[in-house]
Amino acid sequence: MEKSPKQITDDLLRPLFQTSTRFFVAVALLGALVLAAFAAFFYQAYTGIGVAGIRWPVFWGFYITNFVFWIGISHAGTLISAILRLANATWRRPVTRCAEVITVFALSIGALFPVIHLGRPWLAFWLIPYPSERTIWPNFRSPLVWDFFAINTYLIGSVAFLTLPIIPDWATVRDKAEGWRKRIYTILALGWRGTPKQWHRLESAMHIMAIAIIPVAVSVHSIVSWDFAMANVPMWHSTIFAPYFVAGAIFSGIAGLIIAMAFLRKFLHLEEYLRPIHFENLGKLLLMMSLLWVYFVFSERLTTWYGNKPSEMAVFWSTQSGTYAPLFWTMVFCNFLLPFPILAIKRLRTITGTVIASLGVVVGMWLERFLIIVPSLARKFLPYSWGSYSPTWVEITITVGTFAGMALLYLLFSKAVPIISIWELKVGQHKVSEAPAPSSAAGSSLGAASGHGQLATDG
Amino acid sequence: MLKAIYGLYPDPDSAQRAVDALRDAGIEPRDLAIMSSEPFEEYEFGRIDHRTPMPWLAVLGGLLGGVTGFMLSSLTQKLYPLPTGGMPIMPFWSNGIVTYELTMLGAILATLLTLLSTTRLPDWRGRLYDPEISEGRILVGVVNPAEESRVKVERRLREAGALQVKDFDPASNAGLNPETEGRSS
Repeated sequence: MEKSPKQITDDLLRPLFQTSTRFFVAVALLGALVLAAFAAFFYQAYTGIGVAGIRWPVFWGFYITNFVFWIGISHAGTLISAILRLANATWRRPVTRCAEVITVFALSIGALFPVIHLGRPWLAFWLIPYPSERTIWPNFRSPLVWDFFAINTYLIGSVAFLTLPIIPDWATVRDKAEGWRKRIYTILALGWRGTPKQWHRLESAMHIMAIAIIPVAVSVHSIVSWDFAMANVPMWHSTIFAPYFVAGAIFSGIAGLIIAMAFLRKFLHLEEYLRPIHFENLGKLLLMMSLLWVYFVFSERLTTWYGNKPSEMAVFWSTQSGTYAPLFWTMVFCNFLLPFPILAIKRLRTITGTVIASLGVVVGMWLERFLIIVPSLARKFLPYSWGSYSPTWVEITITVGTFAGMALLYLLFSKAVPIISIWELKVGQHKVSEAPAPSSAAGSSLGAASGHGQLATDG
Repeated sequence: MLKAIYGLYPDPDSAQRAVDALRDAGIEPRDLAIMSSEPFEEYEFGRIDHRTPMPWLAVLGGLLGGVTGFMLSSLTQKLYPLPTGGMPIMPFWSNGIVTYELTMLGAILATLLTLLSTTRLPDWRGRLYDPEISEGRILVGVVNPAEESRVKVERRLREAGALQVKDFDPASNAGLNPETEGRSS
């Protein structure tokens, strides 16, 4: 199948110009959940942090779990997109924007949680280094201040990485729209005309940003891991934490991306663009990350078990056979036992299969974040300092609200911006048209390996 | 006031022929206008104006960001020293993280600013443009053509395979305001 540039443009702009009743119903439902989360947050801010379940000795609970989880999910987008862009994997073209959007929204939601977690959230601006009259400066030795710099750098970079390739597509919408839409998109398109100079500068900028954003993404989740690893707490103070967190972040990020793509494919009728091959390729990546995750978990657990330090073993056994064992083994099931056979057997690596595996991974990775944080605080050194944690309705409502918020933001974004990059898809298409027809099996496999043309050859 | 005559081409091959024909007709490269809805780097016309200092400016931005990060953390620690229990007041390891993050931020911002400044974005003035570009057409034209060469330019544009040849006059055409289109000739 080969589509003309006009067909591609019309297909991908259709969700922007046509809105069904389902869209409004979804916005209303998700919006209600987000409002409930806001209400819970304001109740907590007004009443005091005591309405949350965090109390001595477990001062980090759902909020910090959500913080780590959402920062991890954010690795789906910009990092994966940048790697695929630099690797010149042309099958990435319909996938990259779906992924980059996840980064921006997940990072924004994740960055809210330290503020939600503060007893006095209105003092959050104290994290910002500026010469105040109180001569209060942040402590640059604190991992929380490193978080501030890393997350903001990643957020600014990701917003630029997402927005720059949207400008030509906004110009396309500008040319097609009428009335108030035309006026808005004329402003958003910044006067883009598509001269060779503009195209070249855009592609150069994307290349440089892809190079810059990969180490930033790695540093962000390394620094999130150091929030824990810098503390002398059992099973936190570990050198494996940074790579373990980065691998987990990419793992959960890919799973989040697959779920988002399946949702878009179904509800925006993008079946011809988000094809089985995209899910299969992402499924292979997910399989690799699942194996890597098991490797890290085993390494971490083996080292702890072999060391046999009483304080660490208390935490260790609480997760293997104690209070937290059901959560731990559910995590192992969701992150490995469920996705491994689905993703390893080609026949099962379908769209449905990869979505089931991804749903498992998202649940499993949320549990993993919880299991890293809570058991270590609940079993810290001497037994007189042991305790427990159970979340309250406030924490649960805010948690559910952020998932709804993510879906709502994604939905609204897909109504304002073509969720698949129109111009990048056209580039893929014309490269297919110009590619010489393979004259042998070798030529054919080379074409497939280089991923020529997501529309013409994929699937 | 900028005026132009241009043709709309269905594919990059005919656009390349038009560019070559205009050059043969003695049109200066600075007077050529080319626009498309996607990059065509495989074609010569898609590689015009390729030289850019962007990578070097990104490195420079990174250096500036890194110096800022280092100064911010180390000078703060020097001006407002905190008791650190025998540890150094200005630790290399932790300051390195802030320095690193601001290095990358500097490179990213420098790249962004270079892109916007070299492509002259944003620019909402009524410049040469045609909304049919979004339909996949490629615009090739000449800005401010001399009156005596207009006929020759138009003929060259048509011979190269233009689907349409149009005049652009900012007095009657707002360019990037596609509600008013170019006049077909």
